Amino acid sequence: MTTQTDTRPDIHAARSPAIHPATPPAIRIDALGKRFGADGPLVLDDVTLSIQPGEFVCLLGASGCGKSTLLNIIAGLDRPSTGTVTVASGSAAVMFQDAALFPWLTAGRNVELALKLRGVPREKRRGKALELLDVVNLADAASKRPHELSGGMRQRVALARSLAQDRKVLLMDEPFAALDAITRDLLHEELERVWRETGRTIVFVTHNVREAARLGQRVLLMSSRPGRIANEWRLAGDEPRRIESPEVSRLSIEITEQLRREIRRNAA
Amino acid sequence: MQPDTSTAALAAPSGAVSDSPPADARPADDLRTLESGLDALQAIPGTEKGSLRRILEGVLPPVFLLLGLVAAWQLYVAIARPRPDLVPGPLDVLGAIGAAWADGRLQLAVLTSLERGGVGFLIAVAIGTPLGLLLAECRPLRLALGPLLSGLQVLPSVAWVPAAIIWFGLSDATVYFVVLMGAVPSIANGLVSGIDQVPPQLRRVGTVLGAGRIQLATLVVLPAALPGYFSGLKQGWAFSWRSLMAAEIIAMGGTIGFGLGSMLQQSRELADLGSVLATILLILGVGILVELTVFAPVERRLLRRRGLTPGGIR
Repeated sequence: MTTQTDTRPDIHAARSPAIHPATPPAIRIDALGKRFGADGPLVLDDVTLSIQPGEFVCLLGASGCGKSTLLNIIAGLDRPSTGTVTVASGSAAVMFQDAALFPWLTAGRNVELALKLRGVPREKRRGKALELLDVVNLADAASKRPHELSGGMRQRVALARSLAQDRKVLLMDEPFAALDAITRDLLHEELERVWRETGRTIVFVTHNVREAARLGQRVLLMSSRPGRIANEWRLAGDEPRRIESPEVSRLSIEITEQLRREIRRNAA
Repeated sequence: MQPDTSTAALAAPSGAVSDSPPADARPADDLRTLESGLDALQAIPGTEKGSLRRILEGVLPPVFLLLGLVAAWQLYVAIARPRPDLVPGPLDVLGAIGAAWADGRLQLAVLTSLERGGVGFLIAVAIGTPLGLLLAECRPLRLALGPLLSGLQVLPSVAWVPAAIIWFGLSDATVYFVVLMGAVPSIANGLVSGIDQVPPQLRRVGTVLGAGRIQLATLVVLPAALPGYFSGLKQGWAFSWRSLMAAEIIAMGGTIGFGLGSMLQQSRELADLGSVLATILLILGVGILVELTVFAPVERRLLRRRGLTPGGIR
């Protein structure tokens, strides 16, 4: 079911299985290093990675392994110290752990603001925003304000807002970490459906092993201090999985074992 | 929901795949129904109070307290019979208000003071707002001017009256100068702290959504800073009103019009304690009226829209 491959990411890039081997990667990261400050600790070390268009990649690691930093660098919110990051489509949409909706705007207006900043003409925004909210099944909540929505609903509005940006790449930084398990389970399905419908390239950062195994086509495990890509798993088969399914469980056990090895290395 | 397959998965790790049908085998509507159900469960039921009830709850307790205090006062005057020129009763004060109304001094004083307070406050807003913006966005300026502005907020603006009289003579300019020195620092500081309290995450989202510097300021930072700015405005009004009264009491005559402060001072010169107390009540009343009719409704709307209703259940 799963193929565990060698830890050298550059080799993967070369024989990337990908759906269309000829197309250039959506995101190419080359020998990326990151240090905060001139002589701060090395947060990311020699990360080389390429992500195919339409791929769903989960970036997994313990707290402080630099996965969020890596995501911020891809998003352009932070600069690499060494190496390069190329996003083929120019820029990426980002979703954060907290929905970060603007509290003075209704759900609909929040989406409309993203459309406005993208340059969509005024008269088209309203209809388009409703369409996008309908994608996440929230068209009825368009006139509600963020404080009137539950956490899961807020994250779905945030998802609609990032879809409004109409970028080919969607970066997600632990977007469901603060939600209860029932809601999270539903949002996994929702996200998977949106991904299949829109063909976005998704990079999904999480510290939840099962979540990564449930969602990703490819799971990248990062080691901590410095952050490196320690291993990667490709999930064969294109069918949607359920979080309770045996293949997810099996993969989770395997990933957890290695994750613990990585954490143990820091004990000494 | 599908039956839980996790135990089956643990028991038979390799052969149980068929136990869990792929999610898309179910109709897509199923997810929608599920989601709607969960949304309905998590929805917070509305607890909005009727406006009549809210007004009753807000108005009745202070009115009762006021009536009680006046009754106690009247009782004291009736029983202890103090010298009426030292302790006038509520009826004397009421009489003084009636007399001032009858000869038109009351209307003139209230209108003059309200106009000056209002105009002075608006000028203070016009100066304080850009000043606050500059301070919030320009770091060197803030380092230099920030402490001075905070200091000015502490300095009672009455202290400017003698200087203002020497500069501008007994004219309205003196009054406005004192009002501005009182109100501008509060308004500017309110805006600065409002901007400082904008969650950095909102700025990041703005940037991610593609906002430029100007768009980030007008579409994200300013709306987010509005509650802080508004409380600065409220404080600015309070300072305007206080400074105005101080200025009117001290600076009388010349071309300065007849305001509530002037009325207070006039009553003192006539040793008419009933009128003095009546004027104090008027000054207090105007302040409360402005707060209730101008600031409170705007503030309530502002906070309710953001789910920050003061004392609310949400």
